[in-house]
Amino acid sequence: MNKNFFVAILVFLIFQAYPSVAGTSGSEELSKKSQSYSTGECFEGVSRAVFKFNHGLDKALFRPIAKGYRALPVPIRTGTGNVIDNLRSLLSISNNVLQGDLRGAGNKAGRFVINSTVGILGIWDPASALGLEKTGKEDFGQTLGKWGVGSGCYFVLPVLGPTTTRDAIGLIGDTFLDPVYQITHNNEVMDRTYSEHNYYYYRGTGAIDFRAKNIESFDSVEKNSMDLYASFKSLYLQDRKQKISNSNSKVETQDDSDWEEIDTN
Amino acid sequence: MKKENLFFAYFILILLLIPFKSFAYSSDPQEFISEVVIEAKKILVKSNGREFRVAKLSEIALKTVDIKGIGSYTLGKYRKELSEKELKEYHLLFEKYFLKSFTSRLTDYSDPKIEVISSKVLNPKYTIVNSILLATDDKPEIKIDWRIYTKDPQKPLIRDLMIEGLSLAKTQKEEFASIIESNDGDIKMLFSKLNEFINKKD
Repeated sequence: MNKNFFVAILVFLIFQAYPSVAGTSGSEELSKKSQSYSTGECFEGVSRAVFKFNHGLDKALFRPIAKGYRALPVPIRTGTGNVIDNLRSLLSISNNVLQGDLRGAGNKAGRFVINSTVGILGIWDPASALGLEKTGKEDFGQTLGKWGVGSGCYFVLPVLGPTTTRDAIGLIGDTFLDPVYQITHNNEVMDRTYSEHNYYYYRGTGAIDFRAKNIESFDSVEKNSMDLYASFKSLYLQDRKQKISNSNSKVETQDDSDWEEIDTN
Repeated sequence: MKKENLFFAYFILILLLIPFKSFAYSSDPQEFISEVVIEAKKILVKSNGREFRVAKLSEIALKTVDIKGIGSYTLGKYRKELSEKELKEYHLLFEKYFLKSFTSRLTDYSDPKIEVISSKVLNPKYTIVNSILLATDDKPEIKIDWRIYTKDPQKPLIRDLMIEGLSLAKTQKEEFASIIESNDGDIKMLFSKLNEFINKKD
């Protein structure tokens, strides 16, 4: 039943992400150059309401927890972040392979083996010292982007935050690709000690670790925005575009024609 | 005697040049950013009050940032729809808005450690300068790229800051567009929001 439900959602979302298949009624424009910045809204009113709810939840719950987490000694936070990153790299490996990036997959696999053994379950990061540099995280949304799937429209999910049709499909795809999810949700693979709860603890801790590292950044955006919803939308779409292109440099991702038009001299 | 006069004249010349030298930034974009960072840091580490910091940082911004250019960019397609008078009003408001937003972001940092590492010429008009804000116990390392407008090679100006690849100017542009669009294209709503922001207490 659950699987059928997922498949139904997947089919619906795939049609949303491929406007050429679904028709052109969506507000998406797929000019490759400005694709991520012209992503239209699925249902802006609802998204704004969900965003407001998420913002309230963040203020009441996630931010205070993140602040508390930050009060922990640095080695504990670093170790926790490393363990989470190490487990998360398994999902990245699957996606690297699907993107045809075998070098990236090899790097992450090497890091995982070294950090899980020498680094004691990933608490330490000896792989970096050995020359296996930490590279960007990959998910199925990025893989779909690499395959040429358009972003679809933009919306906000409760608790999970900003997304697009493509990235929402990615979220579902990630559950199938993530070994941690599979191990904790499939009793035939592992015994009951790896219960489903462990997966949510892992994801929750990852979210808190991320939030704690970005308290000031979030505060700054909030303080300096006149339309916080629009700011987050812009930042999210820019970030996804950059991640899909696997670029560390804005030089490679920014469309300079925007700047060409203006001339103040 | 003549030699003494020559020394005296030279001494006066040096004295006259010193104050001007302190206001002149390098024409090399990478050095220019290094100088701006050092100057801003000097202000931020001083224990003077917030108002002093804001005033000094605003001075730096007025000299080193192409505020009018960013304002035009941020307005996007709507700048073609404004009358001369409205455009003038917009640029006045935008400058105030920019300075408040810029200084507010910076005054949150008491001792930022920024390393300027490299630069890349995009074309005769633009150079990207790459830098990193070093990690602290609480914050991870952050890449900051600066878009430098070099149309006048002797006077480079900052046009954008890209934090971990996310453009502040782009974000601002889309925020402004959202405000205008959600108010049926009424530019006055943007003016009103800008005024609200400018007059908001910190």
